Amino acid sequence: MEKIPILRMGHFLLVTIQVDLYDQLAENLEADLLNMVSKTNAKGVLIDVSSVSIIDSFMGRILGNIATMSKIMDADTVVVGMQPAVAITLVELGLPLKGVYTALNVEKGMQLLRSKILLEEEDQEDEYDDDGTDSSE
Amino acid sequence: MKNDSIKIFQKKKHAVLEKWIKIQSQDQGLSDDLITNEDLRVQSEDLLFSFIDNLTDANIDNSESRDFESVIDILSSISISRAKQGYSPRETGNYVFSLKEALLSILNEEIKDPSVLYTQSMAINKLIDSFSISTFETFIKGREDVIFRQTDEITQISTPVIRVWDGILALPIIGTLDSSRTQVVMESLLQEIVDTGSSIAILDISGVPAVDSLVAQHLIKTVSATRLMGAECIISGIRPEIAQTVVHLGIDLSTIITKSTLASALKTAFVMLNLEVNKKQRIK
Repeated sequence: MEKIPILRMGHFLLVTIQVDLYDQLAENLEADLLNMVSKTNAKGVLIDVSSVSIIDSFMGRILGNIATMSKIMDADTVVVGMQPAVAITLVELGLPLKGVYTALNVEKGMQLLRSKILLEEEDQEDEYDDDGTDSSE
Repeated sequence: MKNDSIKIFQKKKHAVLEKWIKIQSQDQGLSDDLITNEDLRVQSEDLLFSFIDNLTDANIDNSESRDFESVIDILSSISISRAKQGYSPRETGNYVFSLKEALLSILNEEIKDPSVLYTQSMAINKLIDSFSISTFETFIKGREDVIFRQTDEITQISTPVIRVWDGILALPIIGTLDSSRTQVVMESLLQEIVDTGSSIAILDISGVPAVDSLVAQHLIKTVSATRLMGAECIISGIRPEIAQTVVHLGIDLSTIITKSTLASALKTAFVMLNLEVNKKQRIK
């Protein structure tokens, strides 16, 4: 059975979709990813869709679902590297993926997630007046 | 007996030419400026002689005959060049029809027997008519080519994507936004975002004459698609009238960053990219 690998990078999870998704695979990805979030206590999920050339309404909804589900488990989702044709298709399907963060490429996606973590840490520092030097390294 | 008319034409082709030129100069007073008399003469001579030389007993009632290919070629080139020069269809039509008039009047002078004259005239009539139809087809095709070229040029001119800064793209939209143009705008913008890795796109609509709900829908689509790519989109150039119509139509643009001028959009983009533009300090 085919599976999409979920890699852990520090506080984040990295998912690179390199095959065209079919329904079952996407549903499995959703379940696996959420299990992984709870297991690793991840703060962010980065999904790279740069090699996906077809996204239908179902896949669009799964992406939206993953983002909403991760959000309530306290992890932000960033979708990176979407191809122009795919973006146009999603908009035409009426799925602008509200609530999902997007970035141009993995590098910028990582930057975005880091800046979010940093903000949260600053908030925590303010709240507890701790020094967060250890966790930021 | 049957090929009488062909012999007559071959013998009298200069007379036919003179007559034809005369008829043309009578009703072509309108556009003397488009072509000189000498050019017209050369053109007519080419066409007429090629027609008469290719006319045989076998093909006189068959305009599709391969013998007439060279005639059709000359006719096509004349009508295409006339279409591009801006002749009216009436003038181009008269050009061919006046040839018929010249040919028939020569026949009339030469053939005395009415029944022979009738059959010969009918044959010539039919032939020239089919020539004029093909002239019209090429004339219209020539006009359409001009239109297609202009449409292509307009679409290309109207969607330039400009790199205004490292990481900032601007796209001034001029003219009405319909669905096919939105598609072109969206595609070229998204492709440029991928190519340059820009994170901010400014859509300037100061050149859009009117924004109705359809245009607004197209704009929102473009902005959503840009966001899906991971870039932010700013709409600038919102004129007072546009702001009024948008609110009156009840279109919600609150999710989109809108600015009144390109300059203020650029300023916002600088802030978003943590850039600062300063006046140079002069050291005295």
